[in-house]
Amino acid sequence: MMRLELVKRPQRSMLFSALSPFIAFALTIIAGAVMFALLGVNPLTAFNIYFIEPISQVWQLHELAIKAAPLILIAVGLSVCYKANIWNIGAEGQFILGGIVGSMVPVLFPQFEGPLVLPLMLLLGMVGGAAYAAIPALLKTRFGTNEILTSLMLVYVAQLFLDWLVRGPWRDPQGHGFPQTIQFNDSAVLPELMPDAGRANWGFVFALVAAVLVWILMGRMLKGFEVRVLGSSPRAGRFAGFGLNRMVFFAFLLSGALAGLAGISEVSGAIGQLQPVISPGYGFTAIIVAFLGRLNPLGIVAAGLVLALTYLGGEAVQSALGISDKVARVFQGMLLFFVLGCDTLIHYRIRVIGLALTKPEGVAKLEAAPKLKEAR
Amino acid sequence: MSANQDGTNLLEVRGLTKIFGTLTACDHIDLDIARGEIHALLGENGAGKSTLVKMLFGSLEPNAGEIFWNGQAVRISSPGVAKKLGIGMVFQHFSLFEALTAAENIALSLDDGSPISSIAAKARALSFSYGLPLDPESLVGDLSVGERQRIEIIRCLLQTPQLIILDEPTSVLTPQEADKLFETLERLRSEGKSILYISHRLEEVKRICDRATVLRHGKVVGHCNPREETASSLARMMVGNEVQAVVRAPVEGIATALPLLEIRNLSRKPATPFSIPLKGINLNVRAGEVIGIAGVAGNGQGEFFESVSGEVLQQDAVSVRIRGRDAGGLTITGRRLLGAAFVPEERLGHGAAPRMKLSENLLLSRHATDGKAFVGSGGMVKSAAIQAASQRIIEAMDVRKSAPDPEAAALSGGNLQKFIVGRELDRRPSVMVVNQPTWGVDAGAAAHIRQALIELSRSGSAVLVISQDLDELFEISDAIAVMHNGELSKPMPIAEATFEKVGLLMGGAEPGHAEHTLETA
Repeated sequence: MMRLELVKRPQRSMLFSALSPFIAFALTIIAGAVMFALLGVNPLTAFNIYFIEPISQVWQLHELAIKAAPLILIAVGLSVCYKANIWNIGAEGQFILGGIVGSMVPVLFPQFEGPLVLPLMLLLGMVGGAAYAAIPALLKTRFGTNEILTSLMLVYVAQLFLDWLVRGPWRDPQGHGFPQTIQFNDSAVLPELMPDAGRANWGFVFALVAAVLVWILMGRMLKGFEVRVLGSSPRAGRFAGFGLNRMVFFAFLLSGALAGLAGISEVSGAIGQLQPVISPGYGFTAIIVAFLGRLNPLGIVAAGLVLALTYLGGEAVQSALGISDKVARVFQGMLLFFVLGCDTLIHYRIRVIGLALTKPEGVAKLEAAPKLKEAR
Repeated sequence: MSANQDGTNLLEVRGLTKIFGTLTACDHIDLDIARGEIHALLGENGAGKSTLVKMLFGSLEPNAGEIFWNGQAVRISSPGVAKKLGIGMVFQHFSLFEALTAAENIALSLDDGSPISSIAAKARALSFSYGLPLDPESLVGDLSVGERQRIEIIRCLLQTPQLIILDEPTSVLTPQEADKLFETLERLRSEGKSILYISHRLEEVKRICDRATVLRHGKVVGHCNPREETASSLARMMVGNEVQAVVRAPVEGIATALPLLEIRNLSRKPATPFSIPLKGINLNVRAGEVIGIAGVAGNGQGEFFESVSGEVLQQDAVSVRIRGRDAGGLTITGRRLLGAAFVPEERLGHGAAPRMKLSENLLLSRHATDGKAFVGSGGMVKSAAIQAASQRIIEAMDVRKSAPDPEAAALSGGNLQKFIVGRELDRRPSVMVVNQPTWGVDAGAAAHIRQALIELSRSGSAVLVISQDLDELFEISDAIAVMHNGELSKPMPIAEATFEKVGLLMGGAEPGHAEHTLETA
């Protein structure tokens, strides 16, 4: 008789904290290979089309940056929430509201042109996302509602609101009845970084800047310390004089603003108008990005690029092999599943137990060991 | 090995070992318990006593070693097995449902489907025959801690155990309640039952126990007859070296000194149905003195600490005054800025964030008071400055640690407490409020902390210490007040205070007519 047992580690393992995303990625590849084989495709061929070909040329790297930018922007904001133990699941909605509010300028005032248009749009996008995120924050602090439910449900409200806008009041009168707004004028379009090489726009730069700024905030600033204390031990945070309610607003407004910025950047940069659907689920995928990046803004940049690749790969296998691009969702889901699973190894190690009681090694270093809960 | 009727001990333990991660909580423990003896298990906090009894009661599985019951090797895989063998346990922290009656709580643990009324009758009969008066119909939420303990004991006795394990039973009792408990234990012994009595209180062990096994750092360091030992020789076995005595110089002219902390008619409604309301508390703590607040756990000390620290604000700004200014409406940060410092009871998760480094935990309570030193322009933390300051505290308080700047949770309880107290002392606060300063701290560290608190007061600060440990309060206080059921007695100058007087107040007696109001248990 043999069984496996999880044994709690005395300290969190730095090694597995770093390795966990890689193990998870390897497991995802294995599970993906099984999936492709069951679909009757040679896994090696499929992986080549899925993961290698989409990034083999410079213009394709630009496409990768376009997909990665919103993921990174949103995930960086979410990482602050999750570090504070506040669960904003509604970034998708905040993304959409950012897109809508930022688009007010080119849609309602198409004659307004000049260098002020774009900054104003970006600012409004952030305000829109933040304001939408303030709703679950207010409900949580005033009525004690669960922010997971409220923020998630507001996503569907935002999606339907956008759908109504582009079919109703904001529909392009010259658009032959298509549900979309007018094309934005040139000064309302986010410029491309290197127009000769590919389509990537300033959104990717925003994402990198946001990642660095949040990294400094969380690692070097008192506010970041406040986030971490309140997230890990709220009672110690109260003892420190930090207010939990203020933190709920701070985290929601910050992540909402970044999601809103991602939304208006996407609309103004990659799309150029509002449509019924402006996001292939960036707000939800960013949750995976945040965790795959260990809630560390710099890790999130890397994770954002990986998840962006799953989108491109999904499109590639659809066109090359005729497999549904929903396969991208499968890969994203497996990745999150395995990351969360592997994170167990940070706090636990696996022990194989045989029949006989073995005498474990490693005698106490009493000074170094944590105080046991029972020891009073 | 003491002999008995058939030559075997009731319980024999050989080489019992339990390992948690890198900590060997119990390291090859040998223990024999004869029939009809009260056997003490002595040891400092963290010596492995609770781990050992959890293995005997089946709540923990040993990594190695054997347990013999009546000479037979047994494997105690669950508390159910332990109960079947005849092992009963009274835990230090009770497991009772406050919204149910005593009889209902007992019925839940018996699990044999007998009607509540017959259980209540049995419990009542048992409670009277053992001198543990208890009304089985009363709601647990309405009972005192001592009465709740009686439910646990009766619940245990109803299962007619051969061996009863008591984990620090007197830590929640007044001296008078403890006396009643000892009578019950002696009665049980006379009936041939064995008792494993866990404690770190040496006087009571000397008083009631026949033999003692002493643990230190998870190992058995000796077996002895406590009656032949002195308290200090037992302490030496427990702690390993002589503990330095705390010196408390008398203070002069305290009556005219300035009150730095004034509590005026402080009241607070209960925050939850089972928390204690505070009723009209008045107290002055003057520059240069240490005032101790005694009391059985759960009589409002936690609520009082939260109110004084500003974690909970008061309606009336005058009810807490710090250095002559109204502070009742100020947050904990505002009160710190007036010169007050606070050390809460719970170390991990309240006084310190477990997964944060010591230097970051320094910032926890001092980011506002030392804002200039630790936080630069634009809210950037000056990590070099907090590192240097935390090293200064580590040296001043002799904090032992395994890494230059470890996580708080990696320190032993005593060392973390030294750091937390040192963190506040380092500010030279003019008002210091400490809840349970040496809870779970080894004797050496406890002496260090107590001495530091006395020295702080003698340098002109007002120190308020809330503690359940009467020995500690008598050691460091210039006056002792007692908290009972949310009310605070007038402070008694230490010269007039005795264990008995304080004990009566802890039991709820009015000062002056103590004999009449003492519950007729």
